[in-house]
Amino acid sequence: MSKTASSKETKEKKETAPTGIGGGSIRDALLVPTLAVITGLIIGGIVMLVSGSNPIQAYGALFAGSFGSPSAILSGLQAYFATGDNTLLIKSIYPFTESLVTATPYIFAGLAAAIGFRAGLFNIGAEGQFFIGALCSAFIGYSIKDLPMIIHLPLALLGGALGGAIWGMIPGYLKARFGAHEVVNTIMMNWIAFRLSDWLLKGPMQASNFRPVTPNVFASAELPRFFEAPLRFNLGFFLALLAAYLVYWFLFKTTLGFEVRSVGANPDAAKYAGMNIIKNFVLVMSLSGALAGLAGTAQVLGVDHWVGQGFSAGYGFDAIALALLGKSHPVGVVLSALLFGFLRSGATNMQSVAGIPIDIISIIQGLVIVFIAAPAIIRWFYRIKSLKIDEQTVLTRGWGK
Amino acid sequence: MANVLELQGITKRFPGVLANDKIDITLREGKILALLGENGAGKSTLMNILYGLYKPDEGKIFVRGKEVHIDGPNDAIAQGIGMVHQHFMLVPVMTVTENVMLGIEPTKNGVFLDQEKVAKRIAEISNQYGLEVDPASYIKDLPVGIQQRVEIIKVLYRNADILILDEPTAVLTPQEVEGLFKIIATLIKAGKSIIFITHKLKEVLAIADDISVLRLGRMVGSIEPNKATPEKLASMMVGRDVSLVVQKSAPKPKEAVLKVENLFVRDERENLTVQGVSFEVRKGEVLGIAGVQGNGQTELVYALTGLSSAESGTIELNGKNLQNATPRQILESGVSHIPEDRQRHGLILSFPIHDNMMLCTYYQEPFAKGISLQEKAILSNAEALVKQYDVRTPNIYVNAGTLSGGNQQKVIVAREFSRPIELLIASQPTRGLDVGSIEYIHKQIINKRDEGTGVLVVSSELDEILALSDRIAVIYKGQIMDILDAKKASKEDLGLLMAGIHPSTSPKKK
Repeated sequence: MSKTASSKETKEKKETAPTGIGGGSIRDALLVPTLAVITGLIIGGIVMLVSGSNPIQAYGALFAGSFGSPSAILSGLQAYFATGDNTLLIKSIYPFTESLVTATPYIFAGLAAAIGFRAGLFNIGAEGQFFIGALCSAFIGYSIKDLPMIIHLPLALLGGALGGAIWGMIPGYLKARFGAHEVVNTIMMNWIAFRLSDWLLKGPMQASNFRPVTPNVFASAELPRFFEAPLRFNLGFFLALLAAYLVYWFLFKTTLGFEVRSVGANPDAAKYAGMNIIKNFVLVMSLSGALAGLAGTAQVLGVDHWVGQGFSAGYGFDAIALALLGKSHPVGVVLSALLFGFLRSGATNMQSVAGIPIDIISIIQGLVIVFIAAPAIIRWFYRIKSLKIDEQTVLTRGWGK
Repeated sequence: MANVLELQGITKRFPGVLANDKIDITLREGKILALLGENGAGKSTLMNILYGLYKPDEGKIFVRGKEVHIDGPNDAIAQGIGMVHQHFMLVPVMTVTENVMLGIEPTKNGVFLDQEKVAKRIAEISNQYGLEVDPASYIKDLPVGIQQRVEIIKVLYRNADILILDEPTAVLTPQEVEGLFKIIATLIKAGKSIIFITHKLKEVLAIADDISVLRLGRMVGSIEPNKATPEKLASMMVGRDVSLVVQKSAPKPKEAVLKVENLFVRDERENLTVQGVSFEVRKGEVLGIAGVQGNGQTELVYALTGLSSAESGTIELNGKNLQNATPRQILESGVSHIPEDRQRHGLILSFPIHDNMMLCTYYQEPFAKGISLQEKAILSNAEALVKQYDVRTPNIYVNAGTLSGGNQQKVIVAREFSRPIELLIASQPTRGLDVGSIEYIHKQIINKRDEGTGVLVVSSELDEILALSDRIAVIYKGQIMDILDAKKASKEDLGLLMAGIHPSTSPKKK
């Protein structure tokens, strides 16, 4: 029976190379996203041409703004080895580290959305959880004095994660207990978070009477930076990578993750296998919220050191795009978060050097996401035949129960 | 008599698979050609080529002696070829009329849909072929048998005279099958020609004029129905002799393992579908539950396995009360469950075979230590079970969804039989499977019985019930009509009970 197959089966019956648990053919997984990015950049270039700019100059500036200019790095290295003076070198790697700094909250937020998708849940509330996480960590960071860093920093991180977790758990519980759809509830929770923060920043948490911002966190709660100013590259990036690894381990190497993925892939079969679906909804929404909270926390403790209004700036919504782009796999999320980080970070330079508005990056990101969401476009365009049936695992099952 | 359709040397390759290898078939005008073959033999591929959904790599198609190229369903329809798919292509929230006209909507004044015209034509077709259906009713409100009529009407509405029926009886109750056969007879009388795809031997012998058998993508041969026997057809399909009768020794029943008393269960729509059912299953015997589908069997099994909760009554396993226990508690008490809908409950199709092989015990040793999954144990378990239960698959890493129905079922059987159990609940264990797989799974179930496991088999196929059971309980409208000794039960009596009539009170018997 395996040799031949009836029509519909045969089409899908392409033998895939053996892969380990949780893996997947790497070539297959990367092909469409890579082509999507390239195509997005090409179309972005066409848009620039049409609007009368020079795309080569623009992308050159984008590259220099995100990776740094190779010649500057080279002369920085020469100067350092010749004189021991690292000023030039620091300056030359600034763009690259800044890209990683930008990518850090993206990684956390992308993981938050991804873990939700794996359980079949659509967490649109990462934005609110991000905000709550940031406020919680900031509060712990500025309100407790004279703690050693070894206690203060973990406490602030934990507080941020916990704040986000609670903000995620509420819609998770509402769904499990009352069947309320998580999309609606997470959106509502976002608004509560925004207005709550407005009040907090103008009241209890306000630093002075002039601006609606929190006080700066104490140095003992800051994520340590690896270079002197102006470089802001800090421990947060590595914590994000660690989180990605932990999410991978959780999803693919533990019984709990197996349950989460089963509930996401086929809730009826999960129930048949004796899994507790309600418990999993609450668990996943809490974890998702914690990761989104950590995104905000990493931004506060690592970069800004305070929270102000409009602090979240769309991270929560980009999270969904990141998870989609990364196929809800932690490695994919890290790669797409890096891509977003480099694009966003380089865009500033592109604007100042080539005079191209920063918004072109939004167009490119939008195109990439469209191509990922509708891979048939890329497959058709590049004549890629292979069809994998688990292509859809990323998405939730619509608006049902 | 003229050949209305001829396929010559049709070859179709998919990556790594030769789905059709130089296949020739001939359909005579006004006749029924049965295309017989196991799941995955290439029947559907061939028909999809004929319907223009696939392009053949080689071969020719002749319609009424003229070579044609079919580039899509529209070409096929233009040639008078119509297809009734196994999985209906209907929009549930639309009416019969809307579904029939979908794709070729007639209009009034070029803008407004002319539903009346379509409804009138549907009524004509209904009358002509005995396809009774109300054009105004919504598809979602219609039983499966009537939905199939709508599919046939759709094809006739498009003026097809060559009808392809792809596994038309797979989803029907025995009564509906009879109704379908009547419709087919009317269609033939009106001059239509029909290709009937199936793997059910008795149906083929009942209605076919010609029989062609496919195996592994090749044409094994053609045979006339009067020269064919079920055994002969089965061995042509499978490529070896198949025993259609389950060999089993006399049961050695011991004490009761499952006791059900006065059980009431509501279905998803809150209807009381199980109404006061009582029975027991003893160790070392098979209790069959016979009945036309939809008489409460599904809900009964759901309640026994914890998938839904019972309204009232008791369920005892080895003296332990399991009423409204969770699926996990029931599972851990030693109950295995082969679910009725294998794709909904039994498997996670997007997961690899190795994960499906431990779906119910993933948290236990040796598959997990603490919360850490033990990859080695998971893989070696799957390797061993695939071998032991003869699951045909390239490897254990492919997704369960890529397997054929029979092999999917084998994965479930392998998993459910691989742990020590007290009670096996098998619901429609061979639905939609081919002869070879049915033989295999029946043998496994009897082996379990002989090991001293209590077995509850629920099936709407009377033949299956008779083949497996030691005692037979007949369920009708949520109540057990009677429990008979299988040796003394006649098909006629069971049929009457399934229709809700006690043979003793029936006027036919004195």
